[in-house]
Amino acid sequence: MNPFAYERASDAVRAIAAVAADPDAMFLGGGTNLVDHMRLGVAKPGRLIDVTRLPFDQVEGTPDGGVRIGANVRNSDLAAHPLIRARYPVLSQALLSGASGQLRNMATTAGNLLQRTRCVYFQNVDTPCNKRRPGSGCSAIGGYTRYHAILGASEHCIAVHPSDMAVAMVALDATVEVLGPSGERRMPLVDFHRLPGDAPERDTVLQHGELITAVMLPALPLAAHSLYRKVRDRRSFAFALVSVAAALQIRDGTIQDVRIACGGVAHKPWRATRAEETLRGNPATPEQFGRAADAELAAAQPQPGNAFKVKMLRNTLVAALQELAGVAG
Amino acid sequence: MSADASNAPLRTRSIGQPLARLDGRAKVTGAARYAWEHELADALYVYPVQAAIARGSVVSVDIEATRAVAGVVAVITHENAAKLQSDENKELWILQSAGIGFRGQFIGAVIAESLEIARHAADLVRVRYDEQLHDADFRSDRDDLYAPEKVNAGYPTDTAKGDAEAALRTAEVVVDQTYTTPMEHNNPMETHTTVAVWDDGHFTLYDSTQGAHSLRKTLAPLFGLDADAIRVIAPHIGGGFGSKGTAHAHDVLACLAAQAVPGRPVKLTLTRQQMFQLVGYRTPTIQRIRLGANRHGRLAAISHDVIEQTSRIKEFAEQTAVPTRIMYAAPNCRTTHRLVKLDVPVPSWMRAPGETPGMFALETAMDELAIACQLDPIELRVRNDAEKDPESGKPWSHRDLVGCLRKGARHFDWDRRNPAPRARLRDGWLVGTGVAAATYPRYRMPGSVAMIRYESDGRYVVRMGAVDIGTGTWTALTQIAADALDCPVGAIALDIGDTHFPNATVEGGSSGISSWGTAIVAAARAFRDKHGANPEVGSEASAASPDNPEEERFAMHSFGAHFAEVAVNAATGEVRVPRMLGVFSVGRIINPRTARSQFIGGMTMGLSMALHERSVMDARFGEVVTHDFAEYHIAAHADVEDIDAIWLDESDPHSNAMGSRGIGEIGIVGVAAAIGNAVWHATGIRVRDLPITPDNLLA
Repeated sequence: MNPFAYERASDAVRAIAAVAADPDAMFLGGGTNLVDHMRLGVAKPGRLIDVTRLPFDQVEGTPDGGVRIGANVRNSDLAAHPLIRARYPVLSQALLSGASGQLRNMATTAGNLLQRTRCVYFQNVDTPCNKRRPGSGCSAIGGYTRYHAILGASEHCIAVHPSDMAVAMVALDATVEVLGPSGERRMPLVDFHRLPGDAPERDTVLQHGELITAVMLPALPLAAHSLYRKVRDRRSFAFALVSVAAALQIRDGTIQDVRIACGGVAHKPWRATRAEETLRGNPATPEQFGRAADAELAAAQPQPGNAFKVKMLRNTLVAALQELAGVAG
Repeated sequence: MSADASNAPLRTRSIGQPLARLDGRAKVTGAARYAWEHELADALYVYPVQAAIARGSVVSVDIEATRAVAGVVAVITHENAAKLQSDENKELWILQSAGIGFRGQFIGAVIAESLEIARHAADLVRVRYDEQLHDADFRSDRDDLYAPEKVNAGYPTDTAKGDAEAALRTAEVVVDQTYTTPMEHNNPMETHTTVAVWDDGHFTLYDSTQGAHSLRKTLAPLFGLDADAIRVIAPHIGGGFGSKGTAHAHDVLACLAAQAVPGRPVKLTLTRQQMFQLVGYRTPTIQRIRLGANRHGRLAAISHDVIEQTSRIKEFAEQTAVPTRIMYAAPNCRTTHRLVKLDVPVPSWMRAPGETPGMFALETAMDELAIACQLDPIELRVRNDAEKDPESGKPWSHRDLVGCLRKGARHFDWDRRNPAPRARLRDGWLVGTGVAAATYPRYRMPGSVAMIRYESDGRYVVRMGAVDIGTGTWTALTQIAADALDCPVGAIALDIGDTHFPNATVEGGSSGISSWGTAIVAAARAFRDKHGANPEVGSEASAASPDNPEEERFAMHSFGAHFAEVAVNAATGEVRVPRMLGVFSVGRIINPRTARSQFIGGMTMGLSMALHERSVMDARFGEVVTHDFAEYHIAAHADVEDIDAIWLDESDPHSNAMGSRGIGEIGIVGVAAAIGNAVWHATGIRVRDLPITPDNLLA
């Protein structure tokens, strides 16, 4: 680990100015990912500005039925919050399926969104990796790809985003609120994370010095009927092979509305818009669910080591929708 | 006293009692000192420099930036490290030449005032390499496989009894399948640690070792010292499973570092990632098993051919097919082991080396044979039970595999099992049950000595250099000493974990209690012979573990049976194990509480092997890429549900005075097969390659 300076921010604007002015500085949240990377030599910031004391630690219901989540709300607190459990059970379930109790007690909402891929080659400084060292090559291609992408990858990077929370939030049409040197901006979470393309070193659209202050969940009545299904190699403390966040509204056997996002399959939480389109207005049957999954997965390009994910995601998506619809296969 | 008298059965009073761990309070309060935790003034910290290539040599090492870091005291490389006196064991022959035998090998170390400084400064070392093509590709169709002279624990490489090929040609039923097990790594909670002090020609080592005396006997010739010039202190060890059973390179590196800063303690502990390169591992195996039987399931032939890997710099040949030689009564039996030497780290012991991967293959094949013969898998094993050792022809000291199978069947409600596969679906989960047999040899290592002294406080001090790697040695040896001296456990003051005490053999091969306990019994008998029932304060006696002529007359092995219920998600292939039961025939149980813990620990490790553990070697780099706990999965608490271990009430009078045979390893043997067999029963899918992961079972 490199020597580094540590400061505790008490004012967001000053903290942002400090990081923006110093290319060697980084914000520090719960530290559950960044500190690991510093130990591994993946990240070598010269200066850490701890933002966890900034007053972004509230979960607040909005008058229209949405919820505003402060960037510093810990994953454990968010999962247990009554508003989240009542209005967005998918989010509570997603949070609780991630990491361990100790890590969830430390990890923050913003930090969870900004966690980096667990690709073994990204985490090993002795192997080439375009995300860690642009232009050095992708070691995952032709290597160990069990946890890698089947959708939206590029020849430069096939890593996946590891978050469970973000998958649920993408399904819920969340918006990210960001404060930067030139003021506030907000964007849909689905546009916040990037596909790798030819610049896999950039996980998100954030600029250096920009700080996430909140995540906004809109009012979404159908989300009260939602679930998160995570398939993993081990029963706890394992990243998703595939995961599905889904909310479903059915009337008289017909799908009125639906939200689906998938994890473990792409460089970003994967909003399954093709599957959603295939479902809206159609009957809630296992056959239709299968057609929706096939529509989404038509573009899948698996690696030799993860071809199973196509079928696994199809089966998981169908099973999740069947559970929400209460129909037997 | 004759050897026979020394081995005469002990009258047991404390033995057999579920005494709580005597060291438990010290451990949970943090008072128990592990290797890293001994308080030593003026300590320095060591961080290794490791090879970033898998084969080649170091051309130059630039340590200018490293030396410039404040707090760096010394840097050692092959250019300035002390010269070792023996290159017999190339795993330990570090910093002696520019050569590199595998990726991650030690090529230097930084010694500094803090661990953080040492690690940072080590990162600044710049190494130029002459890189050569390496080969880390383990596969069965290589043309450079070779037969080692012998396999681990001294067994013959190949055996042939009768004519297995001929019997296979004429058998009514043949199973011919290939099974594979992956490279697996030991991950005891305590990372491997050596704290070394070099002072006036003597080493003092605080070490996480499974053998204090054996460690110093290995290190002494390397440093040109008498064993007495090295003191090893190891009162508590946080798990080992074999990976701390032999000296590894970190022991040597700490000693070389200590010699660079005489008089000051140097502390070295490996990171979790470094453990995947430097403390041994279980070789991957490719095993072809052929079973030939008549239609009633009577075996005519067993053939077991094993391919495994070793390191080019040092041979370790796992004895994978050895259990097959004694397991079942087949008139024709052949076994072979072939190795390939690769540019990879050195394999070594991992809980029940040989038996663990070998019995996965054999016991899976037996399940396949039972199905082929339309026989219950328990009945198949009963029909092929061996009345005497099929290999040596000797009688068993005691064998009750059938008793284990029958007892387990009763407890597991086996008789109500419908043998049809893929026939039970509950809430989207396919349910099945499976069984497999277990075995492990009874080992005793010669040479342990115990000393007993009567103290003024009315207690008997019992001393020997044995170790407790978390198994309960402190407690079990105290119980044995109490019975051997015919006194309550409270009258025993045990001293272990220090080479200042008499010689004790390594904790390996499940031999600790058999080897050390017999020395204590012999010393106690010598003490009573010499000093009587009412000794004077200060009375002393010592004795060595006696020879046991019964070892020549009998084949001594433990046996067991594992039962597992699994549930496989019909949509996703996820595997759950709602129920596991192990039944063991292991001679007398010294302490039922710590024994149950050992068995359940072994079974959990077996579950972990069945479903999770796999070190992924990326042959392009010669490196295990799944080298931390996020990627190398070990069973979590959530994976283990209803698990129990029971045993047959027995004593093996031929084994030793306690009637015990050792229990540390048999708990893991056969578990993976029981789970795999249950997965077949649940799904109709036979998985022959471990681990059994959801992608194998997607419908």
